[in-house]
Amino acid sequence: MMTETDMQDSQANSRAARTGFWSDAIRGLIDISPLMAGAAPFALLLGSLAVQKGLSPAEVTLMSFSVYAGSAQFIAIDIWQTPVPILAIVGTTLLVNLRHLLMGAALAPHLGGLSPFARFLTVSIHSDETWAMALRRAQAHGSAGVTPGYIFGVFVLFYLQWPFWTFVGAFSGGFIGDPAVYGVDFVFPAVFITLVIGFWRASRQTLVVLVSLGTALAAYHLIEGVWYIFLAGLAGTVTGGLLFKGEEPAHG
Amino acid sequence: MDDLFSLQGATVITILGMALVTWMCRMTGYALARRVAITGRAKAALEAMPPAILTAIIAPMAFSEGLPEAVAAAVTVLTALRLPTLVAVAAGVATVVLMRQIPF
Repeated sequence: MMTETDMQDSQANSRAARTGFWSDAIRGLIDISPLMAGAAPFALLLGSLAVQKGLSPAEVTLMSFSVYAGSAQFIAIDIWQTPVPILAIVGTTLLVNLRHLLMGAALAPHLGGLSPFARFLTVSIHSDETWAMALRRAQAHGSAGVTPGYIFGVFVLFYLQWPFWTFVGAFSGGFIGDPAVYGVDFVFPAVFITLVIGFWRASRQTLVVLVSLGTALAAYHLIEGVWYIFLAGLAGTVTGGLLFKGEEPAHG
Repeated sequence: MDDLFSLQGATVITILGMALVTWMCRMTGYALARRVAITGRAKAALEAMPPAILTAIIAPMAFSEGLPEAVAAAVTVLTALRLPTLVAVAAGVATVVLMRQIPF
Protein backbone atom coordinates (compact mmCIF):
# COMPACT_ATOMS: atom_id res chain seq x y z
CA MET A 1 0.00 0.00 0.00
CA MET A 2 1.19 3.49 -0.78
CA THR A 3 2.11 5.77 2.11
CA GLU A 4 1.18 9.41 1.96
CA THR A 5 4.78 10.35 1.13
CA ASP A 6 4.85 7.81 -1.72
CA MET A 7 1.68 9.30 -3.11
CA GLN A 8 3.07 12.80 -2.89
CA ASP A 9 6.24 11.57 -4.59
CA SER A 10 4.39 9.92 -7.42
CA GLN A 11 2.18 12.97 -7.86
CA ALA A 12 5.29 15.14 -7.99
CA ASN A 13 6.85 12.77 -10.53
CA SER A 14 3.83 12.80 -12.80
CA ARG A 15 3.66 16.58 -12.49
CA ALA A 16 7.31 16.75 -13.50
CA ALA A 17 6.66 14.39 -16.43
CA ARG A 18 3.73 16.57 -17.54
CA THR A 19 5.80 19.73 -17.29
CA GLY A 20 8.52 18.03 -19.33
CA PHE A 21 5.97 16.96 -21.91
CA TRP A 22 4.57 20.44 -22.43
CA SER A 23 7.92 22.22 -22.41
CA ASP A 24 9.18 19.72 -25.02
CA ALA A 25 5.95 20.23 -26.99
CA ILE A 26 6.46 24.01 -27.00
CA ARG A 27 10.08 23.50 -28.08
CA GLY A 28 8.86 21.29 -30.95
CA LEU A 29 6.20 23.80 -31.96
CA ILE A 30 8.78 26.61 -32.02
CA ASP A 31 11.11 24.47 -34.15
CA ILE A 32 8.42 23.64 -36.72
CA SER A 33 6.69 27.07 -36.77
CA PRO A 34 8.62 28.61 -39.71
CA LEU A 35 7.79 25.53 -41.79
CA MET A 36 4.14 25.72 -40.67
CA ALA A 37 3.95 29.30 -41.87
CA GLY A 38 5.62 28.25 -45.13
CA ALA A 39 3.26 25.31 -45.72
CA ALA A 40 -0.07 27.07 -45.03
CA PRO A 41 -0.17 29.11 -48.29
CA PHE A 42 0.47 25.92 -50.27
CA ALA A 43 -2.48 24.17 -48.63
CA LEU A 44 -4.65 27.21 -49.50
CA LEU A 45 -3.39 27.07 -53.09
CA LEU A 46 -3.94 23.29 -53.29
CA GLY A 47 -7.56 23.63 -52.16
CA SER A 48 -8.13 26.46 -54.60
CA LEU A 49 -6.62 24.57 -57.58
CA ALA A 50 -8.53 21.40 -56.71
CA VAL A 51 -11.99 23.03 -56.83
CA GLN A 52 -11.03 24.62 -60.15
CA LYS A 53 -10.36 21.05 -61.40
CA GLY A 54 -13.83 19.96 -60.27
CA LEU A 55 -13.14 18.36 -56.89
CA SER A 56 -15.48 19.37 -54.07
CA PRO A 57 -14.03 20.98 -50.92
CA ALA A 58 -14.93 17.78 -49.05
CA GLU A 59 -12.98 15.65 -51.52
CA VAL A 60 -9.77 17.68 -51.52
CA THR A 61 -9.93 18.04 -47.72
CA LEU A 62 -10.31 14.26 -47.44
CA MET A 63 -7.24 14.00 -49.67
CA SER A 64 -5.21 16.28 -47.40
CA PHE A 65 -6.30 14.30 -44.31
CA SER A 66 -5.59 10.87 -45.75
CA VAL A 67 -2.78 11.31 -48.29
CA TYR A 68 -1.11 14.24 -46.50
CA ALA A 69 1.74 14.61 -49.00
CA GLY A 70 2.01 18.05 -50.59
CA SER A 71 4.11 17.38 -53.66
CA ALA A 72 2.15 14.25 -54.63
CA GLN A 73 -1.15 16.11 -54.14
CA PHE A 74 -0.11 19.02 -56.36
CA ILE A 75 0.95 16.61 -59.11
CA ALA A 76 -2.29 14.62 -58.74
CA ILE A 77 -4.41 17.80 -59.05
CA ASP A 78 -2.31 18.83 -62.03
CA ILE A 79 -3.10 15.63 -63.97
CA TRP A 80 -6.68 15.36 -62.62
CA GLN A 81 -9.40 15.18 -65.30
CA THR A 82 -12.81 13.64 -65.92
CA PRO A 83 -13.03 10.65 -66.03
CA VAL A 84 -10.41 10.33 -63.31
CA PRO A 85 -7.23 8.53 -64.51
CA ILE A 86 -7.11 6.44 -61.32
CA LEU A 87 -4.04 4.33 -62.14
CA ALA A 88 -1.98 7.24 -63.46
CA ILE A 89 -2.68 9.32 -60.36
CA VAL A 90 -2.12 6.50 -57.85
CA GLY A 91 1.04 5.37 -59.72
CA THR A 92 2.49 8.89 -59.78
CA THR A 93 1.70 9.28 -56.08
CA LEU A 94 3.61 6.07 -55.37
CA LEU A 95 6.61 7.30 -57.35
CA VAL A 96 6.70 10.73 -55.67
CA ASN A 97 6.40 9.13 -52.22
CA LEU A 98 8.99 6.35 -52.62
CA ARG A 99 11.34 8.55 -50.61
CA HIS A 100 9.24 7.75 -47.51
CA LEU A 101 10.66 4.19 -47.68
CA LEU A 102 14.07 5.68 -46.89
CA MET A 103 12.70 8.31 -44.51
CA GLY A 104 10.77 5.74 -42.46
CA ALA A 105 13.90 3.60 -42.21
CA ALA A 106 15.88 6.60 -40.95
CA LEU A 107 13.25 7.26 -38.26
CA ALA A 108 13.31 3.69 -36.96
CA PRO A 109 16.29 3.92 -34.54
CA HIS A 110 15.04 7.11 -32.85
CA LEU A 111 11.46 6.40 -31.72
CA GLY A 112 12.30 4.21 -28.69
CA GLY A 113 10.99 6.84 -26.25
CA LEU A 114 7.46 6.62 -27.68
CA SER A 115 4.66 4.16 -26.92
CA PRO A 116 3.90 1.66 -29.73
CA PHE A 117 0.74 3.59 -30.63
CA ALA A 118 2.58 6.93 -30.72
CA ARG A 119 5.28 5.31 -32.91
CA PHE A 120 2.61 4.03 -35.28
CA LEU A 121 1.00 7.48 -35.58
CA THR A 122 4.35 9.24 -35.98
CA VAL A 123 5.46 6.97 -38.81
CA SER A 124 2.00 7.12 -40.43
CA ILE A 125 1.96 10.93 -40.67
CA HIS A 126 5.60 11.90 -41.09
CA SER A 127 6.12 14.59 -43.72
CA ASP A 128 9.36 15.96 -45.14
CA GLU A 129 9.25 18.81 -42.61
CA THR A 130 8.31 16.92 -39.44
CA TRP A 131 10.67 14.06 -40.33
CA ALA A 132 13.55 16.51 -40.75
CA MET A 133 12.82 18.14 -37.36
CA ALA A 134 12.67 14.76 -35.59
CA LEU A 135 16.02 13.71 -37.08
CA ARG A 136 17.63 17.05 -36.31
CA ARG A 137 16.48 16.62 -32.71
CA ALA A 138 17.95 13.07 -32.65
CA GLN A 139 21.23 14.37 -33.95
CA ALA A 140 21.48 17.24 -31.48
CA HIS A 141 20.18 15.45 -28.34
CA GLY A 142 20.47 11.75 -29.20
CA SER A 143 17.48 9.44 -29.66
CA ALA A 144 16.51 10.19 -26.02
CA GLY A 145 15.78 13.78 -27.08
CA VAL A 146 13.00 12.53 -29.36
CA THR A 147 10.45 12.60 -26.51
CA PRO A 148 6.66 12.15 -26.78
CA GLY A 149 6.28 15.86 -25.99
CA TYR A 150 8.67 16.98 -28.71
CA ILE A 151 7.02 14.73 -31.32
CA PHE A 152 3.59 16.02 -30.23
CA GLY A 153 4.71 19.64 -30.65
CA VAL A 154 6.26 19.06 -34.06
CA PHE A 155 3.71 16.67 -35.59
CA VAL A 156 0.18 17.37 -34.37
CA LEU A 157 -0.52 20.98 -35.40
CA PHE A 158 1.60 20.64 -38.54
CA TYR A 159 -0.54 17.68 -39.56
CA LEU A 160 -3.91 19.26 -38.69
CA GLN A 161 -3.21 22.59 -40.39
CA TRP A 162 -2.74 20.90 -43.79
CA PRO A 163 -6.38 19.74 -44.27
CA PHE A 164 -7.60 22.86 -42.42
CA TRP A 165 -5.99 25.32 -44.85
CA THR A 166 -6.83 23.03 -47.78
CA PHE A 167 -10.51 23.37 -46.86
CA VAL A 168 -10.23 27.15 -46.42
CA GLY A 169 -8.55 27.37 -49.85
CA ALA A 170 -11.18 25.17 -51.48
CA PHE A 171 -14.05 27.03 -49.80
CA SER A 172 -12.79 30.45 -50.87
CA GLY A 173 -12.32 29.24 -54.44
CA GLY A 174 -10.12 31.26 -56.76
CA PHE A 175 -9.25 34.07 -54.36
CA ILE A 176 -5.96 32.57 -53.25
CA GLY A 177 -2.83 34.45 -54.20
CA ASP A 178 0.42 33.02 -55.45
CA PRO A 179 2.80 31.99 -52.60
CA ALA A 180 5.73 33.26 -54.71
CA VAL A 181 4.68 36.90 -54.17
CA TYR A 182 6.23 37.27 -50.71
CA GLY A 183 8.87 34.63 -51.23
CA VAL A 184 6.84 32.24 -49.04
CA ASP A 185 7.59 29.49 -51.54
CA PHE A 186 11.29 29.81 -50.70
CA VAL A 187 10.85 29.22 -46.95
CA PHE A 188 10.78 25.46 -47.50
CA PRO A 189 14.00 25.16 -49.57
CA ALA A 190 15.73 27.74 -47.32
CA VAL A 191 14.90 25.85 -44.10
CA PHE A 192 15.95 22.57 -45.71
CA ILE A 193 19.26 24.09 -46.81
CA THR A 194 19.96 25.13 -43.21
CA LEU A 195 19.07 21.58 -42.08
CA VAL A 196 21.49 20.08 -44.62
CA ILE A 197 24.20 22.45 -43.34
CA GLY A 198 23.41 21.32 -39.79
CA PHE A 199 23.72 17.62 -40.67
CA TRP A 200 26.87 18.32 -42.69
CA ARG A 201 28.42 20.26 -39.79
CA ALA A 202 27.97 17.25 -37.50
CA SER A 203 29.06 14.51 -39.88
CA ARG A 204 31.12 16.22 -42.61
CA GLN A 205 29.50 13.98 -45.22
CA THR A 206 30.42 16.34 -48.05
CA LEU A 207 30.54 13.57 -50.65
CA VAL A 208 27.06 12.34 -49.64
CA VAL A 209 25.59 15.81 -50.18
CA LEU A 210 27.42 16.32 -53.49
CA VAL A 211 26.43 12.89 -54.88
CA SER A 212 22.80 13.50 -53.89
CA LEU A 213 22.82 17.01 -55.39
CA GLY A 214 24.38 15.85 -58.67
CA THR A 215 22.07 12.84 -59.00
CA ALA A 216 18.98 14.94 -58.25
CA LEU A 217 19.81 17.58 -60.85
CA ALA A 218 20.78 14.98 -63.49
CA ALA A 219 17.68 12.84 -62.87
CA TYR A 220 15.41 15.90 -62.75
CA HIS A 221 16.53 16.93 -66.23
CA LEU A 222 17.12 13.54 -67.86
CA ILE A 223 14.47 11.15 -66.54
CA GLU A 224 10.77 11.60 -67.19
CA GLY A 225 8.55 11.27 -64.11
CA VAL A 226 9.39 12.26 -60.57
CA TRP A 227 12.25 9.82 -60.00
CA TYR A 228 14.81 12.37 -58.90
CA ILE A 229 14.03 12.47 -55.17
CA PHE A 230 14.13 8.72 -54.64
CA LEU A 231 17.15 8.11 -56.91
CA ALA A 232 19.20 10.94 -55.41
CA GLY A 233 18.23 10.01 -51.84
CA LEU A 234 19.26 6.43 -52.58
CA ALA A 235 22.53 7.49 -54.27
CA GLY A 236 23.50 9.63 -51.27
CA THR A 237 22.54 6.86 -48.84
CA VAL A 238 24.58 4.25 -50.74
CA THR A 239 27.51 6.69 -50.83
CA GLY A 240 27.30 6.96 -47.05
CA GLY A 241 27.43 3.17 -46.81
CA LEU A 242 30.34 2.87 -49.24
CA LEU A 243 32.36 5.46 -47.30
CA PHE A 244 32.18 3.21 -44.23
CA LYS A 245 35.63 1.97 -43.28
CA GLY A 246 35.82 -0.28 -40.23
CA GLU A 247 34.26 0.77 -36.94
CA GLU A 248 33.97 4.52 -37.49
CA PRO A 249 32.14 5.74 -40.58
CA ALA A 250 34.60 7.57 -42.81
CA HIS A 251 33.97 11.22 -43.44
CA GLY A 252 33.79 12.18 -47.08
CA MET B 1 -21.83 26.20 -52.84
CA ASP B 2 -24.21 23.24 -52.92
CA ASP B 3 -21.55 20.71 -53.90
CA LEU B 4 -19.46 21.53 -50.82
CA PHE B 5 -19.78 18.05 -49.35
CA SER B 6 -20.24 16.06 -52.54
CA LEU B 7 -18.22 12.85 -52.74
CA GLN B 8 -17.96 11.05 -56.07
CA GLY B 9 -17.16 7.34 -56.20
CA ALA B 10 -14.22 7.44 -58.64
CA THR B 11 -12.74 10.49 -56.91
CA VAL B 12 -12.94 8.93 -53.45
CA ILE B 13 -11.44 5.66 -54.74
CA THR B 14 -8.54 7.59 -56.30
CA ILE B 15 -7.94 9.53 -53.09
CA LEU B 16 -8.01 6.37 -50.96
CA GLY B 17 -5.63 4.66 -53.42
CA MET B 18 -3.23 7.62 -53.12
CA ALA B 19 -3.52 7.44 -49.32
CA LEU B 20 -2.87 3.69 -49.26
CA VAL B 21 0.30 3.72 -51.41
CA THR B 22 1.63 6.73 -49.48
CA TRP B 23 1.00 5.09 -46.11
CA MET B 24 2.61 1.85 -47.32
CA CYS B 25 5.75 3.79 -48.30
CA ARG B 26 5.81 5.45 -44.86
CA MET B 27 5.40 2.17 -42.96
CA THR B 28 7.40 -0.31 -45.07
CA GLY B 29 10.86 1.22 -44.76
CA TYR B 30 10.29 1.77 -41.05
CA ALA B 31 9.08 -1.81 -40.47
CA LEU B 32 12.02 -3.30 -42.40
CA ALA B 33 14.58 -1.16 -40.58
CA ARG B 34 13.17 -2.25 -37.21
CA ARG B 35 13.48 -5.94 -38.11
CA VAL B 36 17.17 -5.97 -38.97
CA ALA B 37 20.04 -5.14 -36.62
CA ILE B 38 21.60 -1.99 -38.01
CA THR B 39 25.35 -1.90 -37.53
CA GLY B 40 28.49 -1.05 -39.47
CA ARG B 41 27.95 -0.21 -43.11
CA ALA B 42 24.14 -0.18 -42.87
CA LYS B 43 24.36 2.24 -39.93
CA ALA B 44 26.66 4.53 -41.93
CA ALA B 45 24.17 4.44 -44.81
CA LEU B 46 21.27 5.23 -42.46
CA GLU B 47 23.19 8.17 -41.00
CA ALA B 48 23.78 9.52 -44.50
CA MET B 49 20.03 9.47 -45.27
CA PRO B 50 18.93 12.79 -43.73
CA PRO B 51 21.35 15.04 -45.64
CA ALA B 52 21.00 12.87 -48.78
CA ILE B 53 17.19 13.02 -48.87
CA LEU B 54 16.92 16.69 -47.85
CA THR B 55 19.38 17.58 -50.61
CA ALA B 56 17.46 15.45 -53.13
CA ILE B 57 14.14 17.15 -52.31
CA ILE B 58 15.38 20.72 -52.69
CA ALA B 59 18.03 20.41 -55.42
CA PRO B 60 15.79 21.33 -58.40
CA MET B 61 13.85 23.92 -56.33
CA ALA B 62 17.12 25.62 -55.47
CA PHE B 63 19.19 25.21 -58.63
CA SER B 64 16.86 24.56 -61.59
CA GLU B 65 14.10 27.13 -61.10
CA GLY B 66 16.04 30.17 -62.22
CA LEU B 67 18.66 32.71 -61.22
CA PRO B 68 16.78 34.28 -58.25
CA GLU B 69 16.33 30.88 -56.58
CA ALA B 70 19.91 29.77 -57.30
CA VAL B 71 21.40 33.00 -55.90
CA ALA B 72 19.07 32.85 -52.88
CA ALA B 73 20.08 29.22 -52.28
CA ALA B 74 23.77 30.21 -52.37
CA VAL B 75 23.08 33.12 -49.96
CA THR B 76 21.25 30.73 -47.61
CA VAL B 77 24.16 28.25 -47.67
CA LEU B 78 26.78 30.93 -46.97
CA THR B 79 24.71 32.60 -44.24
CA ALA B 80 23.88 29.29 -42.57
CA LEU B 81 27.59 28.44 -42.29
CA ARG B 82 28.13 31.41 -39.94
CA LEU B 83 24.83 32.71 -38.58
CA PRO B 84 21.77 31.21 -36.81
CA THR B 85 19.20 29.24 -38.82
CA LEU B 86 16.45 31.87 -38.79
CA VAL B 87 18.82 34.58 -40.01
CA ALA B 88 19.87 32.32 -42.90
CA VAL B 89 16.24 31.56 -43.81
CA ALA B 90 15.34 35.27 -43.68
CA ALA B 91 18.38 36.16 -45.83
CA GLY B 92 17.42 33.52 -48.41
CA VAL B 93 13.78 34.61 -48.60
CA ALA B 94 14.74 38.30 -48.77
CA THR B 95 17.19 37.53 -51.57
CA VAL B 96 14.59 35.68 -53.63
CA VAL B 97 12.04 38.49 -53.18
CA LEU B 98 14.59 41.15 -54.21
CA MET B 99 16.00 39.16 -57.14
CA ARG B 100 12.50 38.53 -58.54
CA GLN B 101 12.02 42.32 -58.80
CA ILE B 102 14.86 42.46 -61.30
CA PRO B 103 13.67 41.89 -64.87
CA PHE B 104 16.14 39.63 -66.66
